[in-house]
Amino acid sequence: MIFLTRKAEFSSSHFYRNPEWSEEENIRRFGKCANPHGHGHNYTLEVTVGGEVDPVTGFVVDLKLLKEILEREVVSVYDHRHLNYEVPEFAQVIPTTENIAVAIWRRLDGKIPNAKLERVRIYEMPDLFADFYGETA
Amino acid sequence: MTPVVHFSRRYRFSASHRLHVGTMSEEENYATFGKCNNPFGHGHNYVLEVTVAGPVDAATGMVVDMVALDSLVKAQIVERFDQTHLNVDPLFAEALVPSTENFVIEVEKILQESVRTLGIRLVRARMEETSNNSFDLLPQGARQRQVF
Repeated sequence: MIFLTRKAEFSSSHFYRNPEWSEEENIRRFGKCANPHGHGHNYTLEVTVGGEVDPVTGFVVDLKLLKEILEREVVSVYDHRHLNYEVPEFAQVIPTTENIAVAIWRRLDGKIPNAKLERVRIYEMPDLFADFYGETA
Repeated sequence: MTPVVHFSRRYRFSASHRLHVGTMSEEENYATFGKCNNPFGHGHNYVLEVTVAGPVDAATGMVVDMVALDSLVKAQIVERFDQTHLNVDPLFAEALVPSTENFVIEVEKILQESVRTLGIRLVRARMEETSNNSFDLLPQGARQRQVF
């Protein structure tokens, strides 16, 4: 089994707000991440897939195809958008780095031919990132 | 079914060290460690990457309170080692060579204990000595996959 990783980038805005909490509680828990108009990040997405090497092409998955899938399923939906207002999965779910990793996994799982999705890593900043391996508790 | 997510933060600090073993002669030390044995030590900009894992909290969307994790790592690691000479820290003064292998092992021991107080498990501590070399270890049973 070979693991292959492809990167993509998108820039989006978001805010953290739990509608079941008061304004004060949101500010206490989320600090300036709760600012009502949101704020933005340059996100870096790393998608790792695993599979067997095709004996003819030498590929696990066609990288151009993988790039197109990432573009169609994620980048075209998230890039230059406000995640809370414009991306359906975050209408009810706070777009934290953790939840973005899970949401991107759900968008990609089962859509990559001949390879198994192994890991979704999303960097909100170079020093802050989340990984999702499809695990549940 | 709650998703379990791994959350990582990177922390930066600068410290000096000297690779030297007291029971070896000067010649043996130099033969073993080369310029890392130069008598007054030398410094690095270290990067400590800390990974914790847990179920995503439905109310906050988070696996850990990042502010609490940051203040814990800063208090226990960054403040302790930043702008210091590692060889004089009690961790190493008792004859443990402050190689980055030994350093990350000791840092992980400290964090394994303290991160538990945040109700989360430490999955990995990884230390970059320079941008070209880094060290990490696998806590028993804690890391389920070794993608990288």
